[in-house]
Amino acid sequence: MVRLESVGLHYFRGGQQGPQVLRDISCTIPEGGFRWLLGPSGAGKSSLLRLLHLAVRPTQGRLVLLGADIGRAQRAELPLLRRHIGMVFQDFRLLPHLAAFDNVALPLRLAGRPEGQVRADVMEMLRWVGLGSKTGVRPAELSGGEQQRVAIARAVVGRPSLLLADEPTGNLDDVQAERLMLLLKEMNRQGATVIVASHNDALVARHPGPSLRLDRGRLVDDG
Amino acid sequence: MARPAQTHPMQTDPMRAARARPASVHAARPQATRQRSASSDDLGLRRVLGDRMLPLLVAAMAFLASLALAGSVGAELLARHWQEGAASALTVQVPQPTSPAADNSGSRIDRVVALLRGTPGIASATALTDAQLADLLRPWLGAGAQPAALPLPGVVGVHLSDDDATDGGPDLAALGTRLDAAAPGTVLESHGIWVGRLSALARSLQACSWAALAVVAAVAAAVIAVATRAGLAARREAIEIVHGLGATDGYIAARFAARATKLAAMGGVAGSLAALPVLLLLADLAAPFGTTTPAPPPADLPAMVVGWFTALPPTLWLALPCLPLAACMIGFATAQGTVRRWLRQLP
Repeated sequence: MVRLESVGLHYFRGGQQGPQVLRDISCTIPEGGFRWLLGPSGAGKSSLLRLLHLAVRPTQGRLVLLGADIGRAQRAELPLLRRHIGMVFQDFRLLPHLAAFDNVALPLRLAGRPEGQVRADVMEMLRWVGLGSKTGVRPAELSGGEQQRVAIARAVVGRPSLLLADEPTGNLDDVQAERLMLLLKEMNRQGATVIVASHNDALVARHPGPSLRLDRGRLVDDG
Repeated sequence: MARPAQTHPMQTDPMRAARARPASVHAARPQATRQRSASSDDLGLRRVLGDRMLPLLVAAMAFLASLALAGSVGAELLARHWQEGAASALTVQVPQPTSPAADNSGSRIDRVVALLRGTPGIASATALTDAQLADLLRPWLGAGAQPAALPLPGVVGVHLSDDDATDGGPDLAALGTRLDAAAPGTVLESHGIWVGRLSALARSLQACSWAALAVVAAVAAAVIAVATRAGLAARREAIEIVHGLGATDGYIAARFAARATKLAAMGGVAGSLAALPVLLLLADLAAPFGTTTPAPPPADLPAMVVGWFTALPPTLWLALPCLPLAACMIGFATAQGTVRRWLRQLP
């Protein structure tokens, strides 16, 4: 379950408090729930996803994620929580010096899985996203869509409890985007909480579901 | 977008892989239980912490540390040698040596020698002959001088027994009084004051060597810290990615520490090996100061090589391999500390 109670977020630069990017956000997403995260550019969608990915901590209010109060949690507790969160970034965020296989293997290796299990799972996952023949290829040699698929494989290979996606269809054609949505829905059907930020109104219309709409850092619609 | 022709998984059953995973686990080979080691290059550190500049700088530090270590060991050995030799020796000067002694029991020098030989704690007392005295004075008077024309005192070389020398020796003040009574004007000269000065000098040299070692270690740590921080800056994005995937501080620090330890080890070994010929040469040059009897010249080249190697004190042979080990420890600890401190800025 994800619960936000009057959550606000400031960024800090050089020790100075910057502008407030999220204000007074309260909502609850039940375990296994699905939410579209909508809003214009600059509304705070990426910041909210960063918050839910534990890349930043709330500067106001209370955030409860996977049973932990993030504001009060010890710093050492956060890595274990992050391993239960899968994130698909808009810019992929793949490690350029690692092959596709090693990029997808990272979450499993960080979790200390035995290398044999890592190999089997990653190969299966790369075949699953249609990149079984490109396991040894580095991101720079892959197309944008292929990089996106590697990023998706990396996000789901550890079977996360919470799956976040920031404009995941931005680099995919309509067919690929549709397949990705089927994947996200299947993950959701199997129990993962899924939150997808998107600008693609047509895609949202084809897959209607509850949404959180942000505007200028405020939650203006939850339903 | 290029796709494999057969069964695109995203087109068929997207969760097939997830469901198949348990079977994959059971099918895994026995060695599959092994985890990936900390030396694996997930963060791409081989490129940002290259194997040239850092090992070269650490090698330079190890070279300097070898010299400082050799200085410390050499000073300690020379001090001990001088102390053992000089503390056990006395010199007695007897003016007018051939004149009758105070009790008319023979010449003054014979009386003094007899008294010395009868004193407990003295191993030997030998009067120098005229020829030996002439040898001693030749550097000052020249080869053609006639020492017999000068009123020279008699000189008696005295060696204390080993046990007494280490215990501080016989009561020199009482001995001096007895000698003066037997032959007035006799002077007893202990080498203790020189031994004390040489010991103080050696201790100072040792302290300087240790200070130099400490400075070298601090500079090595600073060099490794700077290199690690450069690596952190260059790999900031990669670190943020693995951090976001659930990497602990320990995981990230272990990657940097493994790389820094390896590079420091390379530098430590290279620096110590580079210092070895220099140390062997210095030990060969210093060898005459550590012995009373000059070694015979080596018979052939192998004997000369063996001589170089045996000239190096055993303490140094034991200490030199510790330098790469120390470099490894400095590399590991510095990288761990630097990375963990840097990671505190991430949530």
